[in-house]
Amino acid sequence: MKQFLIFVKKEFAHVLRDRKTLLILFGMPIAQILIFGFALSNEVKNARIVVMDQAKDDASRNIIARIASSHNFELVHTVNNRRQLQAAFKSGTIKLAVIFPANFNADLLHQNKAQLQVIADASDPNYATTVTNYVSSIVQDYSAEINEQTVIPYRIIPQIRMLYNPQLKGAPSFVPGVMALVLMLVCVMMTAISIVKEKETGTMEILLVSPMSPLMIIISKAAPYLLLSLINLTSILLLSTFVLDVPVKGSLLLLFAESTLFIITCLSLGIFISIKTSSQQVAMLISLMGMMLPTILFSGFMFPIENMPLPLQLISNIVPSKWYYIIVKTIMIKGLGFTAIWKETLILTGTTLALLAISLKSFKIRLS
Amino acid sequence: MEALQIQHISKHYNGKTAVNDVSFSVSKGEIFGLIGPDGAGKTTILRVLTTLLLPDRGSATVDGLDVVNDYKQIRNRIGYMPGRFSLYPDLSIEENLNFFATVFNTTVEENYHLIKDIYVQIEPFKKRRAGKLSGGMKQKLALCCALIHKPVVLFLDEPTTGVDPVSRKEFWEMLKQLKQQQITIVVSTPYMDEANLCDRIALIQNGKLLSVDTPENITGSYPDTLYAIKAGNMHHLLKLLSTWDAVLSSHAFGEFAHVSFTNSNINEAEVISHLQQQGLENIDLKKITATIEDSFINLLNN
Repeated sequence: MKQFLIFVKKEFAHVLRDRKTLLILFGMPIAQILIFGFALSNEVKNARIVVMDQAKDDASRNIIARIASSHNFELVHTVNNRRQLQAAFKSGTIKLAVIFPANFNADLLHQNKAQLQVIADASDPNYATTVTNYVSSIVQDYSAEINEQTVIPYRIIPQIRMLYNPQLKGAPSFVPGVMALVLMLVCVMMTAISIVKEKETGTMEILLVSPMSPLMIIISKAAPYLLLSLINLTSILLLSTFVLDVPVKGSLLLLFAESTLFIITCLSLGIFISIKTSSQQVAMLISLMGMMLPTILFSGFMFPIENMPLPLQLISNIVPSKWYYIIVKTIMIKGLGFTAIWKETLILTGTTLALLAISLKSFKIRLS
Repeated sequence: MEALQIQHISKHYNGKTAVNDVSFSVSKGEIFGLIGPDGAGKTTILRVLTTLLLPDRGSATVDGLDVVNDYKQIRNRIGYMPGRFSLYPDLSIEENLNFFATVFNTTVEENYHLIKDIYVQIEPFKKRRAGKLSGGMKQKLALCCALIHKPVVLFLDEPTTGVDPVSRKEFWEMLKQLKQQQITIVVSTPYMDEANLCDRIALIQNGKLLSVDTPENITGSYPDTLYAIKAGNMHHLLKLLSTWDAVLSSHAFGEFAHVSFTNSNINEAEVISHLQQQGLENIDLKKITATIEDSFINLLNN
């Protein structure tokens, strides 16, 4: 026990005395949460648009006013002919154009239907879809309003309710993702590097020759990072609650318990990498490429797994962060209890036990 | 009573032989030197003895325990100082010592008497981080850390490599003191002049033992009469000696050339006059007793 304590103390000294490590350890989670929270977002704000109004009547003006007042759009200017419109798109300054044909209001009143054209710059397809949807909904709102008095037979009106995230904010979906990413990086990379460092400096040789058992060395090496990761988790949750307004809806205790499980998964991965590599650079590269990319690609936090081809969907199943992401989303955003995530927990536990067994088994009690 | 014993140990790395059929034993309380150039196999032998490597063939015991089967017990009883500086550079002297004392299940206070003489020299800097110490101080700290659990056998892998001559001398005096504490010491070194400071030595080259004996016996068994010759133009002298058929062997040794002749009763005056005829001046010739290096070169040539 005394051996374990002094080992943990030593490990903390390594971390606390190295400014770079400290920065990675505690700066990265904060930076990522803030970057994802404020800079990266799927919501479109202030999309630059132009309007070509050939009607200049009540209906067209009304719709233009609604578009201009929406915070999603910034009305740059109006154009009078198609050539100007084309030039505006070519210069790349606008993303969307709305064109009202002549007699827009007259058509609407006399033929009971009118058309307007929406042209979007689809070089970024997601962006184009999003902005055209915004315009459609504005137009629908307007047509719903003018139809208020008239009774139309056989009308179906969908009543839409966005569960768990009624305002469709971006933050609730990425906070769990960032948690998975940060824990993965910190645990895997830090443990791998810290063990490989001992190999590089030759202190591992002395530790091996000491009476400490290999199991004890591994546990003492991993324990400090478990603690540091829990501190990181706490800081992420605090930021998420107070800065991004995404509080934990479910049980905090359950969330921490599941996170501890995931941290242990990552620690065993880190130990495994450290056993298989012999230089800090290689360990770092493998941790970054081998852990960060799959986490970003396959956890479902950036790209929906359902959209992927089947082989990739199958691969995503072996990425532990995917299961952790689902668990965190369920607890934190949906506020559900253990019964909703027992399957994911079981998978994660299995992975952890397998990884732990492999890394303990392959830890060498001798050199080479 | 033997502190350790090696029998027919061989070890290969990727098809290359590092140690080839090496056998020797070390008595309790002895300072035993493994002497040989870089790449001779010294570190491999030490790693087999410290249970860090498995030998391909042969067996070895340390304190009566087998290095393969009883490695756990051996690890409780030995001290090991690897070739390069292997302490934590970001921990202070004091923290390093405390750490290794605790890891080895002891405290600094318990065995302070063992390291006292060495530790007092670095104690004024005990708050300084190990990475910022000079070579000699690092080595003293490493020795303290290897000694703190009162090992039965202490293994030192090239402890004086990269250390200044004064610190080297001090270091060997420390080893002499440890001998008084009945600690068996196995030390490897590429410096031939350190061989005389050991009780017994093993000369190693290319993974093979050339000889195992006391330094006196090894130099005493040098077969030929040896002369040290110096001249004004050393380059010319060495060239001349290598082509002269009366010369059995010659090699440069500091400011002298160490020479033996095919006729061991050769007249000194004859040698001088021969060299003078070849145009050499200021010739200085004297009979000497062989050093370990002479013996090493002689054993290599045979």
